[in-house]
Amino acid sequence: MGKLISKIPEGPLAMKWTNYKASVKLVNPANKKKLEIIVIGTGLSGAGASSALGELGYSVKTFCYQDSPRRAHSVAAQGGINAAKNYQNDGDSIYRLFYDMIKGGDFRAREANVYRAAEVSNQVIDHYTALGVPFARDYGGTLDTRSFGGVQVSRTFYSKGQTGQQCLLGVYSSLNRQIKNGNVKMYPRREMLDLVLIEGKARGIIARNLLTGAIERHAAHAVVLATGGYGTIYFLSTLAVNSNASAAWKAHKRGAFFANPSFIQIHPTCVPQLNEFQAKLTLMSESLRNDGRVWVPKTKGDTRPANTIPEEERDYYLERKYPAFGNLVPRDVASRAAKERCDAGYGIGETGLAVNLDFRDSIKKQGKEVIENKYGNLFDMYKTITGIDSYEEPMRIYPAGHYTMGGLWVDYELMTTIPGLYAIGESNFSDHGANRLGAASLMQTSGDGYFILPNTINNYLAEEIRVPKISTDKPEFIETEKAVIERINKLISIKGKHNASSFHKRLGKIMWDYCGMVRNEEGLKKALTLIKEVKDEFWSDLNIPGDSSDLNQELEKAGRVSDYFELAELLVTDALNRNESCGAHFREEYQTPDGEALRNDEEFAFVAAWEYAGEGKPHILHKEELNFENVEMKVRSYK
Amino acid sequence: MKLTLKIWRQKNAKAKGNFETYKMDNVSPRMAFLEMLDALNKMLVEEDKDPVGFDHDCREGICGSCGMYINGHPHGPVPAITTCSLSMRYFKDGDTIWVEPWRAKPFPVIKDLIVDRSAFDKIQIAGGFISVNTGAAPEANSILVQKKKSDDAFDSAICIGCGACVAACKNASAMLFVSAKISQFALLPQGRIEAKDRVRAMVEKMDNLGFGNCSNTGACEAECPKQIKLTNIARLNREFYKAF
Repeated sequence: MGKLISKIPEGPLAMKWTNYKASVKLVNPANKKKLEIIVIGTGLSGAGASSALGELGYSVKTFCYQDSPRRAHSVAAQGGINAAKNYQNDGDSIYRLFYDMIKGGDFRAREANVYRAAEVSNQVIDHYTALGVPFARDYGGTLDTRSFGGVQVSRTFYSKGQTGQQCLLGVYSSLNRQIKNGNVKMYPRREMLDLVLIEGKARGIIARNLLTGAIERHAAHAVVLATGGYGTIYFLSTLAVNSNASAAWKAHKRGAFFANPSFIQIHPTCVPQLNEFQAKLTLMSESLRNDGRVWVPKTKGDTRPANTIPEEERDYYLERKYPAFGNLVPRDVASRAAKERCDAGYGIGETGLAVNLDFRDSIKKQGKEVIENKYGNLFDMYKTITGIDSYEEPMRIYPAGHYTMGGLWVDYELMTTIPGLYAIGESNFSDHGANRLGAASLMQTSGDGYFILPNTINNYLAEEIRVPKISTDKPEFIETEKAVIERINKLISIKGKHNASSFHKRLGKIMWDYCGMVRNEEGLKKALTLIKEVKDEFWSDLNIPGDSSDLNQELEKAGRVSDYFELAELLVTDALNRNESCGAHFREEYQTPDGEALRNDEEFAFVAAWEYAGEGKPHILHKEELNFENVEMKVRSYK
Repeated sequence: MKLTLKIWRQKNAKAKGNFETYKMDNVSPRMAFLEMLDALNKMLVEEDKDPVGFDHDCREGICGSCGMYINGHPHGPVPAITTCSLSMRYFKDGDTIWVEPWRAKPFPVIKDLIVDRSAFDKIQIAGGFISVNTGAAPEANSILVQKKKSDDAFDSAICIGCGACVAACKNASAMLFVSAKISQFALLPQGRIEAKDRVRAMVEKMDNLGFGNCSNTGACEAECPKQIKLTNIARLNREFYKAF
């Protein structure tokens, strides 16, 4: 356990961040300009960090694979962003937000980090508002909030169903200001392909220019990964189809521990798969469950149109199993219940992998107009995709992979186990435990980028002021670049038959079937064998037309898929190792007699941080024990 | 469905492009348009041919990456959606579909259907921001904003920067795009302070990058997947006159 030092500051929970900031080392403004920082990714955390570091006077180099930083996948977040403003006078506070996150995460997150995320949430809202983010407002001109994710207070700020887009355009604008001022240099259409270490410290990256195929070396005094989650490991997920784990995985192979990889949130309300070429699953906001009733027919294989099935032949299974919360049970519970019904043969549609989300009763009770006001844009979106009018017949929904709570292990300063390498936003593991609370991802990722990293990174850089600009001619750059080129050549020269997507799809299906919503030892072991088989086929039967010295989207994709095979093996290993059920991780062997998750706090109240031991060698497990000094570990119950 | 695709293929910016014909069998009406292209590319890779290049990412109509001319319309024949949200159920068996990249001088073709839209970023860098440093923001409720104005600002702010407006315009004008950002900030008290500098800088940059002028045809509004309104352009003009 020697290597995991979480650096949690002394003092009471509410004073830790204040104490930390009061004692952290600072960097003289004149020295900041001489210090270079690389940031990978331009979502809320990456663009936020780039802006804030640029404002401080650091020389920042920011990279994204998209053609513009404005397209990072934070753009697709719908619901909202939490803050403990207590504008509603409904008893909210930083402590309550902290507690809801800790409990929602099923007591598998680090107290101090979570408290700090809640603490900076208010500054995040102030900052976005000042940047011109048009959050919803009340008639008196103040900011409006809504209740979200099954909590008892109204603390979620929102811009209709496009909160992520509006926040992202906010950070994009602050990033643009720093680009204009010359503090940030932007490198779009670049993909980080490896991390360069010099004397054990992160000193740069090897990137591929996706337009020209050129391999580039970029050096810096510190590197920040803001590369998002790895939900596309399931192939079908709510993520952007090019989202990937490659940068984080390459950093992992260079020494950054990967924590809790098997903690992945499955979102219950997504549009089900419609065809075999489906590229992604679109999320329908979970707010729909406020007025929609979830049901399947009581008879197996009932193919009658939903509207013709009489009331007494419908099974409103969430209301039946969870009378207290009904259709509003948390995401993981709702997802598993849908799977359970479909696996038992009660699913609807051609695939049998869908359940009804029915608004008939709400429309009858409240009128079509009220429902249209609340969900009009979602009903339109659903109709665009499926052609079905949900005012007339139920929506069909099914769970899909959504958010990865796991990620690179970081200490309180958001530094990974590699000195000078930081991970922020969804790419780290630290704040959501085993299950993320609704509207807490925009909050955490913004806080990391704008307010936390720009403070903590000084502590490291203060020791680096005597290090001159790092040359990219150093042997470490040359060696790492060579390894990158070798990997590319290896992929290109397979010259088999099939494209990368077809292997990705097969990997995704294995992960979804055996390491998705429900897992068991037998299935996980089988998954390890199956992954290996498809991985071997990938390395012998992949085809990438064209060459690497040009724009080549097949090559980009193949590189990402090749890394996913390796991450998949670790993900399954982590799920196998965690002999308990908690949050989104549900092991069939560990459940209560009535089918609910059975946590094992005695043995598993720890963060599983995995160390890469080399090609073909098993990962080494390091445990960070979680100490709950401020909350009592309780069993979540929604009965 | 059986379809005939006529797709613009162009190896790089300097190459002379041409339409290639592809026959597709077994296209399901439940596919999305880009999934149909995925299926074509899978086939091409299996034949060791160069797949069709196109930009795409979120596949749910919000990131603004995708965009192509389909049968003479940016983002295809269905109004108010992006290319990735276009379903194949809008086409019928035996159809011939013409697919082209955005055609506008400030958006040079990179490859096939991929164009360079970095000009949009350059316009935003010129002034599409409010100058507030992290940590300097006042308490969020200390500046009240009329709900109507805030809602209107949102309606302008939902532009996804896909470039359909420029592609649709016979003058390759970026007025709808620029006016959406100008309007968002013009409607909010936070944005008023720098309003004059902002509009001058963004319009100047837009002109320098070679975008054409607006002649009020309204093709941009008709083709915008997010239904950004022409009234934004009127507001941009007003803001511009006031800035001198």
